[in-house]
Amino acid sequence: MAVTDIASPPEEIQEPSGLSSGWGRRLFIAIPYIWLLVFFLAPFVIVLKISLSDVILARPPYFPNFDISEGWQGFLAMLRVFDLENYVWLAEDSLYLNSYLSSLRIASISTLLTLAIGYPIAYAMAKAPKEWRATLLMLVILPFWTSFLIRVYAWIGILKKEGFLNYFLLWTGIIDEPLMILNTDTAIYIGIVYSYLPFMVLPLYAVLEKLNISLLEAATDLGCSPLKAFWVITLPLSLPGVWAGCFLVFIPAVGEFVIPDILGGSSTIMIGKTLWVEFFSNRDWPVASAVAILLLLMLTLPIILFQKQQEKQAEASQ
Amino acid sequence: METQINTQPACEFAPWEDPVQKPFVRFENVTKKFGDFTAIEDLTLNIYEREFFALLGPSGCGKTTMMRMLAGFEYPTAGNIMLSQSNLHKAPPHKRPVNMMFQSYALFPHMTVEQNIGFGLKQEKTPKKEIKRRVEEMLSLVQLEPFTKRKPHQLSGGQKQRVALARSLAKKPRLLLLDEPLGALDRKLREQTQFELMSIQEQLGLTFVIVTHDQEEAMTVASRIAVMDHGKIVQVATPAEIYEYPNSRYSADFLGDVNIIEGQLDVTTGKTASLAWAEGETPLAISTKLRPPAGTTAWLAVRPEKLHISKEKPASADNCIKGEVWDIGYTGNISTFHVKASNGSILKVQVSNREHLADRPITWEDNVYVYWEKGAGVFLER
Repeated sequence: MAVTDIASPPEEIQEPSGLSSGWGRRLFIAIPYIWLLVFFLAPFVIVLKISLSDVILARPPYFPNFDISEGWQGFLAMLRVFDLENYVWLAEDSLYLNSYLSSLRIASISTLLTLAIGYPIAYAMAKAPKEWRATLLMLVILPFWTSFLIRVYAWIGILKKEGFLNYFLLWTGIIDEPLMILNTDTAIYIGIVYSYLPFMVLPLYAVLEKLNISLLEAATDLGCSPLKAFWVITLPLSLPGVWAGCFLVFIPAVGEFVIPDILGGSSTIMIGKTLWVEFFSNRDWPVASAVAILLLLMLTLPIILFQKQQEKQAEASQ
Repeated sequence: METQINTQPACEFAPWEDPVQKPFVRFENVTKKFGDFTAIEDLTLNIYEREFFALLGPSGCGKTTMMRMLAGFEYPTAGNIMLSQSNLHKAPPHKRPVNMMFQSYALFPHMTVEQNIGFGLKQEKTPKKEIKRRVEEMLSLVQLEPFTKRKPHQLSGGQKQRVALARSLAKKPRLLLLDEPLGALDRKLREQTQFELMSIQEQLGLTFVIVTHDQEEAMTVASRIAVMDHGKIVQVATPAEIYEYPNSRYSADFLGDVNIIEGQLDVTTGKTASLAWAEGETPLAISTKLRPPAGTTAWLAVRPEKLHISKEKPASADNCIKGEVWDIGYTGNISTFHVKASNGSILKVQVSNREHLADRPITWEDNVYVYWEKGAGVFLER
């Protein structure tokens, strides 16, 4: 179809190319970069450096300690004792590998559980009458107004042997003996699903709410049953939200420390807990740093995937 | 109605005239309420096979509700909708032999053009080969062969509209519903597409029901038009009938431009009624068979292009009104003169500009005579 576009493109407006405005803009952009450099990259380099040091009984408990006053000589001295022995140690002791794997397992399972619970919630919210939606959204965000730590502690009261849950189940007669939930993996799943549910619900709600109802009408009009229309239209179109929600839950869940520490048992090892023990109990800063660096590297892949997904979504919505 | 006028001279297609013909779609005393609001009120309407039927009315008149009830997205509060003599009851949309082309097109953004068009066939578990063949057939019908693998966001508005049409036609529905199908297109493209729609409808021999608020569009494509107002049908007839013989001020005003003169019925002699419209003016003569009592308020509707205008008093004319040129609207091919009569009302007179600009004698504030034959006007009781 030949539709001639008679409207001419608007004339380019000449940007004022004065030095001041150019510098002003650069400075403006530089602020977040400087922030990231100082508060993210610099600490990371310090941790990386510590992970390459040796543990000693001193303060700080590692050697060599790069002495800035020695300048270039100090740097060379540090290079001379460079080795990867902390990383080798991590590879040799199966504790660390097991912690990583167990973290990945727990994070994956809880992400899937969160998705399974979060999707219907988000779907119901998006389908709720318009005047209700803002309230429902508020209710999802509401728990953030209380301290995360307190909320996780509260679960002890619910899940423990003499807790509310057991009392309730015994009272209804579903069980005869109290369930042992606290200090098991189940408690960790409950804790993670509970804590991270809003991170799953919000991106899902955002995509489901935008879903054009006439697409579903068109699908049923063309012979799709409503259930099938959900599978072939709603679900594929909500995938960006599914991905975003899963990454937002998975990434922090892998490194989670508080929930396994408070709700989990001693048999559950997660990398966040191992790191804490290494750092505070063993006071082995170099090994703890190596653990942290590896964790970060491990999470780089899902973070990159998440970024790609976000870019794709931004492109598609244009 | 006194005269029967056929829209297309070559076509004697008028199943609504034939008492033996059974309607293909029948609304039977249908009422639809949304809470307290009555969208459709006790409406009865027949649509025949192979018709291109237009539901015309302003937004909120219930025309879209009618269409959504046919598609199965809404169910009537009372009354029945019959499709080829069988009651649709509460059949869900996916169980009706009816397809719809949506106003927003509603193309599936995650599917290619090909997948969009084949979607309905895939739901029927049609063999893959057959789907491919039908999709190709549809693509060639709407001239979109080069765009098979594109996604909807890579298409222009006109192309999207064609994909939507192809998708709704792919299952060869017995009844195709078109909800303001051309609303998003620019004027040129719209006119072109209207003719394409008509030829496709004729080619496939299907029944089309179109919802539109654009009277020109309805008049161009439709075999019959139902003019709707506030959930009721005001008039159902061919475009020419509605234009030439509107049954009410509402449908006269909705289709095209019209002058409506209010008056009191004077005397009715033979086939002519006379309407007293202003103090000290000759009553206007209108051809009509109707015989309402003298003194009732009635209206004369006459189209601007049926009026003549001149500076000299015409020697003989059934109706003649003296007035002053108040305004002139020039649109190139025609000029519209707004003539102010003695009682202050404005008459619109359209003259086609056959002569060159310099040869047109009438200008602002000229005293002119507006005159017309008594058969040119229509007598309206409501």
